[in-house]
Amino acid sequence: MNLNRWKRKDLFGIEVLERDELEFIFEIASDFRAKMDAKDKSLPSLEGQSVVNLFMEPSTRTRVAFEMAATRLQADVITISQGASSLVKGETLRDTAMNIQALGADIIVIRHSSAGSAKYLSKIVDIPVINAGDGAHEHPTQALLDCFTLKKHLGDLNGKKVTILGDILFSRVARSNIWALRKLGADVTIAGPATLVPKSFETMGVTVCHKLEEALYGADAVILLRIQHERQTSTHFPSLGEYTSMFGLNEKRASYLKKGALIMHPGPLNRGVEIDSSLADSGRSVILEQVTNGIAVRMAALYLCSIANKNSTF
Amino acid sequence: MKKPIWIQGGTIIDPINNREEVADLYVNDGRIVENLSTEQKEKAFIIEAQDKIVSPGFIDINVSFCEPGGSHREGIRSGSKAAAAGGFTCVVAMPNTNPPCDTAGTIQFIKDAVERESIIKIMPSGCLTKAREGEFLASMGSLKKAGICAVTDSGRSLQNNALMERAAEYAKMFDLVVLDPCIDDNLTEGSSMNHGPTALKLGLRGSPRAAEDIMVSRNVILSTYSEARIHLQSISSAYSVEIIRRAKQRGVKITADTTPHHIFFTDDCIEGYDTRYKTNPPIREKSDIEALLEGLKDGTIDCIASNHRPYTRDEKDIEFDLAPAGIIGLETALPVVLDKLHFKNAFSLTEVVNLLSIMPSKVLNMKPPELSIGSEADLTVFDPNAQKSITEETLFSKSKNSPWLKSSLPGVVEATCVSGEVVFYKGKFPTVSI
Repeated sequence: MNLNRWKRKDLFGIEVLERDELEFIFEIASDFRAKMDAKDKSLPSLEGQSVVNLFMEPSTRTRVAFEMAATRLQADVITISQGASSLVKGETLRDTAMNIQALGADIIVIRHSSAGSAKYLSKIVDIPVINAGDGAHEHPTQALLDCFTLKKHLGDLNGKKVTILGDILFSRVARSNIWALRKLGADVTIAGPATLVPKSFETMGVTVCHKLEEALYGADAVILLRIQHERQTSTHFPSLGEYTSMFGLNEKRASYLKKGALIMHPGPLNRGVEIDSSLADSGRSVILEQVTNGIAVRMAALYLCSIANKNSTF
Repeated sequence: MKKPIWIQGGTIIDPINNREEVADLYVNDGRIVENLSTEQKEKAFIIEAQDKIVSPGFIDINVSFCEPGGSHREGIRSGSKAAAAGGFTCVVAMPNTNPPCDTAGTIQFIKDAVERESIIKIMPSGCLTKAREGEFLASMGSLKKAGICAVTDSGRSLQNNALMERAAEYAKMFDLVVLDPCIDDNLTEGSSMNHGPTALKLGLRGSPRAAEDIMVSRNVILSTYSEARIHLQSISSAYSVEIIRRAKQRGVKITADTTPHHIFFTDDCIEGYDTRYKTNPPIREKSDIEALLEGLKDGTIDCIASNHRPYTRDEKDIEFDLAPAGIIGLETALPVVLDKLHFKNAFSLTEVVNLLSIMPSKVLNMKPPELSIGSEADLTVFDPNAQKSITEETLFSKSKNSPWLKSSLPGVVEATCVSGEVVFYKGKFPTVSI
């Protein structure tokens, strides 16, 4: 393993990564994934290291995937969630982070509602920081697992058409996926209501489309995003019913996709809103495979950042 | 009895009297005089001003000194020192104190504190509405009697158009100018930077130019009908400049300022989520700066005001979207204006002095400062070519939330005189011990 291909102790986002760094993570993740399946115990180890998951926003999938990933690497895992932290007592993120470092943590994984919080944290602590979602900014490990899954099925993503459908404006998953897919050579189309999919996203190198049929036509994969109806129903589109009727993915609309195209979703699903329930459970859906792959890419992220940190220290 | 002052060999720029020449300038007993006697010259405070500019004192019509209620951020003493160090002899203090300046008692409190603590002239402004909450008009008549020079809800725009119309009408009765920051609340809800490609990329909610443009238009329209004087604060959007230009062509009594940071920075500075760049209205893009420069050149934008808003290190050292918006500006206004306008965009030094000194006084309907014989000696001596190094140590403001920290800009203030007394000289404050 040529570890010169990864020198970052932190993973804030995909935007700053080079294509080769992405490919390297996929190689490591692929190796981890194979060993996971084979119940092979010869995984590299983070034994004796403590991974602290600082989750200041609700999360199930990402939190558990990071816990599983760290556990498989034999690290000790501690998860601090919103209600249980001193932040509810008015402690600043700076003080919380410095205390976690003083308590001997080796890696911090942070999920936070403020964009830029992972980067902010990395300026405060010396230990590696991995972004598990910061506001509407980035969710790098989600994009890594999405692209990892896409590559497993489609091979090289160069020239492949991937459509991201739904709430793009407020989505960190969309942003990270746009960066990752563009770096890997895919053509990215984003679709949904104009209020959630503004034209200005074209500056990120994607095609913006408000006609669903056109957006789906000939796509190799569609990534659906959750409609965060608790946040913007009243202001960004008229109703969930209207959303489903205009942009929900159903059998008919899925038929515009390329034959054998993949249907993906980062979860949690709103069944019957952004996707027909039966479609979510169909053979084209790789939603649960995404979840499993999420453990492998997070193992790779934890492992690589940890090694890079050691190499820079010694 | 104040010590006489002898300013030797400086270039005097006195726009009101169309004067620009190298000459000595004398001050005695608070006023500019033709000459000093030999005896007076012997004991005079001598300021060597060769290669330096001697100009009327600068006036900043938008500063927050946070007293009462925010002395951890700034105070009348520290704020007045920062002002003097920046060449300002007079500032308008915003009413965003705690309690807010909506009663004569609070104004009196501030005036007492100014009398005791300040080394420059500080003119309090009063609230436009009670507690700056935008619901009921503040008692502008009593506030005027107590000594305010303008009314404003500083940092907030009155959203209710009917109330704004009445507020402007009512203020006009007392010849009070209404200072409005031109921010539509709905359009800016949850925003923390300019709406544009950078905000989209960073995942931060953007404040669209439309939020300012709509309020600028609203104020132009209300001023057209009522003939009330409304001054538009911290203009940042290119389209707003165009709206103001057309209004002025039609003779509407509207005035406007912009800030040093809005003509200097673009929103890509925020890529590292550095909260020192967070301000309201937000710093925008290159095309806006170009429009602001044109507006300053042709008089559409009347003057520069720093919108000095101090916040402590702890208050600013948090997540970007949660951090307070504000930048301190008193000590960097002259260097930024010199750099951006004089050196990079060929504004003359007279134009610079106009924007910092003469025009702000006109916005307030004050007698403009001048350097003629018999005038009160409020003046500034500065070296436009020397480099000022900006660090936490060189700033006198109590808070250090400046995006110019660790940079160097042209323009060093040598001396500031207020009412014929040297209050700042070569980095020191001769009239105060602490």
